[in-house]
Amino acid sequence: MSERNSFVREVAEKKYEYGFTTDVQTDIIEKGLSEDVVRLISQKKGEPDWLLEFRLNAYRYWLTLEQPTWGHLKMPPIDYQAISYYAAPAQKPATVVGASSADLDPELIKTFDKLGIPLEERMALAGTAVDAVMDSVSVKTTFREKLREKGIIFCSISEAVREHPDLVREYLGSVVPYRDNFFAALNSAVFSDGSFVYIPKGVRCPMELSTYFRINARGTGQFERTLIVCDDDAYVSYLEGCTAPVRDENQLHAAIVEIVVKERAEVKYSTVQNWYPGDSEGKGGVLNLVTKRGHLRGRDSRLSWTQVETGSAITWKYPSCVLSGDGSQAEFYSVAVTNNYQQADTGTKMIHIGKNTRSTIISKGISAGKSQNAYRGLVKVASTADNARNYSSCDSLLLGSQCGAHTFPYMDVHNDTAVVEHEATTSKISEDQLFYCNQRGINTEEAVSLIVNGYAKEVINKLPMEFAVEAQKLLGVSLEGSVG
Amino acid sequence: MLEVKNLHASINGKEILKGINLTVKDGEVHAVMGLNGAGKSTLSNVIVGHPAYEVTEGSITFNGKDLLQLKPEERAHEGIFLSFQQPVEIPGVSMVNFMRAALNAKRKYQGLDPIPAGDFLKLMREKRSIVELDSKLTSRSVNEGFSGGEKKRNEIFQMAMLEPLLTILDETDSGLDVDALRVVAEGFNKLRRPESSAIVITHYQRLLDYLKPDVVHVLIDGRIVKTGGPELAVEIENRGFDWIIRSERDEVRG
Amino acid sequence: MSAEKQYTDFYAEVRETIAARSCDEMNACREKALQTFAAQGFPSPKMERYRYAKVEADFSPNYGIALAPLAGPLPPYCFRIADADPRVRVLYNNVADAADSIVALNTLLSVDTLVVHVPRGIKVEHPIQISNILKGEHDTMVSRRILIVMDELAEADVIITDRAASQSRFLTNQVIEVVMGDGSHLSLYEIEETHLLCTRYGSVFVQQGRNSSLHHTSLTLFNGHTRGRLDVQLQGEGSEVTANGCVIADKMQRVDNNTLIDHQVPHCQSSELYKYVLDDSAVGAFAGKVLVREGAQKTISKETNANLCATRSARMYSQPMLEIYADDVQCSHGSTVGQMDEAALFYMRQRGIDEPEARLLLKAAFITEVIETIPLLSLRDRLHVLVDKRLRGELSKCEGCKLCK
Repeated sequence: MSERNSFVREVAEKKYEYGFTTDVQTDIIEKGLSEDVVRLISQKKGEPDWLLEFRLNAYRYWLTLEQPTWGHLKMPPIDYQAISYYAAPAQKPATVVGASSADLDPELIKTFDKLGIPLEERMALAGTAVDAVMDSVSVKTTFREKLREKGIIFCSISEAVREHPDLVREYLGSVVPYRDNFFAALNSAVFSDGSFVYIPKGVRCPMELSTYFRINARGTGQFERTLIVCDDDAYVSYLEGCTAPVRDENQLHAAIVEIVVKERAEVKYSTVQNWYPGDSEGKGGVLNLVTKRGHLRGRDSRLSWTQVETGSAITWKYPSCVLSGDGSQAEFYSVAVTNNYQQADTGTKMIHIGKNTRSTIISKGISAGKSQNAYRGLVKVASTADNARNYSSCDSLLLGSQCGAHTFPYMDVHNDTAVVEHEATTSKISEDQLFYCNQRGINTEEAVSLIVNGYAKEVINKLPMEFAVEAQKLLGVSLEGSVG
Repeated sequence: MLEVKNLHASINGKEILKGINLTVKDGEVHAVMGLNGAGKSTLSNVIVGHPAYEVTEGSITFNGKDLLQLKPEERAHEGIFLSFQQPVEIPGVSMVNFMRAALNAKRKYQGLDPIPAGDFLKLMREKRSIVELDSKLTSRSVNEGFSGGEKKRNEIFQMAMLEPLLTILDETDSGLDVDALRVVAEGFNKLRRPESSAIVITHYQRLLDYLKPDVVHVLIDGRIVKTGGPELAVEIENRGFDWIIRSERDEVRG
Repeated sequence: MSAEKQYTDFYAEVRETIAARSCDEMNACREKALQTFAAQGFPSPKMERYRYAKVEADFSPNYGIALAPLAGPLPPYCFRIADADPRVRVLYNNVADAADSIVALNTLLSVDTLVVHVPRGIKVEHPIQISNILKGEHDTMVSRRILIVMDELAEADVIITDRAASQSRFLTNQVIEVVMGDGSHLSLYEIEETHLLCTRYGSVFVQQGRNSSLHHTSLTLFNGHTRGRLDVQLQGEGSEVTANGCVIADKMQRVDNNTLIDHQVPHCQSSELYKYVLDDSAVGAFAGKVLVREGAQKTISKETNANLCATRSARMYSQPMLEIYADDVQCSHGSTVGQMDEAALFYMRQRGIDEPEARLLLKAAFITEVIETIPLLSLRDRLHVLVDKRLRGELSKCEGCKLCK
């Protein structure tokens, strides 16, 4: 943890050193969504015609859709005309000036104390510096040379559109087409920025690539877009962290992550999502409506999704894998914690198309307070997927009698050589375990945190080291006040 | 009865048997000894036609028939019985139904009518007592919930029911205590007919004390490197396999 | 003409005939049912509980609609609704999901209701057998209604069989309502052995009182298209339900079972085991939801769905669901789709059993687990024989049926 902090601080200082505010746009466009707004976004970003065309097609298609209702979620109505669709990366000088810890919600300070983020960063949190720090832009700046030596491209997607238009054009929307779903269409029309990664053939990316996302300005939505292409025999581990300031209205976050994995390549994608979950009365919080999908195109390719979801008022996300390459292997490891009035409907889709493909799903749901936590997953074995194997295990832990834990797996098997296994259990935290801890002098709250971390260990262990520590602390924080 | 010539076999593209020659005459008991991984179980599986193994070269004839052309069940009908090293559990298939299906399949192959139900049950009772197999076990599903010893006893019981010409005992002694071993071995001896033969695959002399082999083979790395009388088994019990491996190497060098 | 319209038009034409042949309790529900059906139409696959059904296609063909009241001598404890205890008659259409348009269509077109009423404390010794025999030269749609009322501490076995005695196209829409008093026990069996031209929609709705126990078994041995729905409301503490099913399907058969076990109060138990053997181009679906409502503490629930696909063209959809709003519970579900145990197959072949026979034995063994849970021993034996015959392809005619001979 401390290593991470010093790293974060270091980067923060560097950022100031280079005076980032100068080259960042600061304007927010009028609220509302129309074809003109889409054109304006594209124009402001100086995009080529094909990309404008892509956005417009997505927008026109989006107009024909209705917001999906199949999730086990009580979604507040979203007024898509009350959102501003372009708030340039939010480095607003105005907020940097006068930022102080006094502006911060005491609950948030407590949270960050527990996470071990020191005070100067908290100060920064009120303004934009942390954004800059936690933004991928700075990370890539730091290591850009080192990465470039290996031919790795890691930059913002806007930059990629300018510098590597052929790559972006080839892959953008190739995994998540804009027709995929309501939120994917919306994102495709208005996406602001995000990260682009290209790992060339045979290259193992020497460091973890990471992005911190943060929603800042009031009344804006965040629509970032991540595109990762891992060429033959290449490897990359990618981390994504999310935080948001406390707001009493809901904020919309509708991102897309697309991953292309070629022959024998391997991608690990880890997320620690800690968007603002709303207060203990259920007011405010981020609506996290995300489409993430990887396409295992190449023979013997591998993709692993690991997620620790503790934040957001509503989480609607299903990081998925399309296993087309023969012998490809996919994993999904998830811990989703909900407390107070949080709602999560999350899981994965494993679409087996290639022969001898394998997938593993391990999902751990933890519900507390008055929250609702649902696993929803699809395992599909196409008739072409000879010898496909899937194993799914979905466990739910209930802390308290007013929360809900739900499991909705869908299995669709169309090949006689496939073996698909699913198992799920739901149970409450064991009184015996709690008492045992109490007897050893551990108070109930700590004991719950201990037990929950033990329960989630299988997933936490899949995270890169520094993320794992953070995730463990988050589990404790998220469940605070849920027992006793 | 059985003639194996220059047998080469592989599994998943890996060659395990590298030219086996073995002749078993009517009424003979052969022991095949060797370390783990030498190819002993592969040999037995190939003789009975396990689909995972591929025969790449050589031949097996059984009473003049080309065994390699026959399906596993036809080899069984011809009179070859394998007592499995690890008999599989088949939940939901009762022992009675299983045995009746097996016996009637053989009778059909021989051009006989299915055995009348009464005769069948009588036969079950008779043979069961020889191997001291609890009647509770024959009313259960095949091998389901059987202990290691019970599974081996059940194998011998099935042998008794099917009266094979050639029985292959694949590590039948593994996992058995001395008493169970005695019961199984004595059962086997009682049930054996003078003209029937056996191949006994084992690590140890222990089982051979009861079964009295006529010929002992040592299988190393997919080849039979030494063949002798019962005294060879005793020597292996006392000296291990190393001396054979060494002399084999010397021979190769020489 | 839309699929719905042929039914509403038909009803408009014959409403007076129906009313005249029926009784007040049933007639009183028709107007509402008509509204529900006309407003909703047939359920689309977009509705979660009809995800795997093809309702419109199933109801579209032009069927003649049977409007005959129950005839012939009825088994003990069975009545035409008009002759049943008034206390029982009022329960009609109070258990079924009246908002469901398949139920509404049944309520609209059913002329009579078979009432099974077992009075307080009576233990019915012999199983009550209800045989539904479809017979006729013309393609026919049958709307069938059954109401089972178990008074307190009553016990009975009810076996309902569906058979077809002629090779016409048949569509059955059956609704069974079950009310179980405190401490009552019911074993309810639904056995279907019809033919490829038969489509069957069977919906069973159950309300269970305190310490009551239900054992429901659904067996689809031979059919065309089958849609089974089972909704159980555990309303009294200490009640238990076991809901099992097995399906053997091949050719172009389609079987879709959809269950909901609703734990409303504490200390109830539910257990489900559904097994499918699919061959040729058969399509199977199982969707089972266990709902544990807030406050339903100490619930114990287990749900298992295991499936064997024997060919590449067979297709299985499996969807076991848990929706839980109480914390002190033990709930689990498991689902598998797989193939035959190759080791077991080889073992059998080594013993001389040829491959087709060995496969057949393994399929039967797979189904056996469900049959072995049946409390009625004589039925178990009978079913073992039926399953064996079915797998051997010897069940083209309904077994033991006098009409077929």
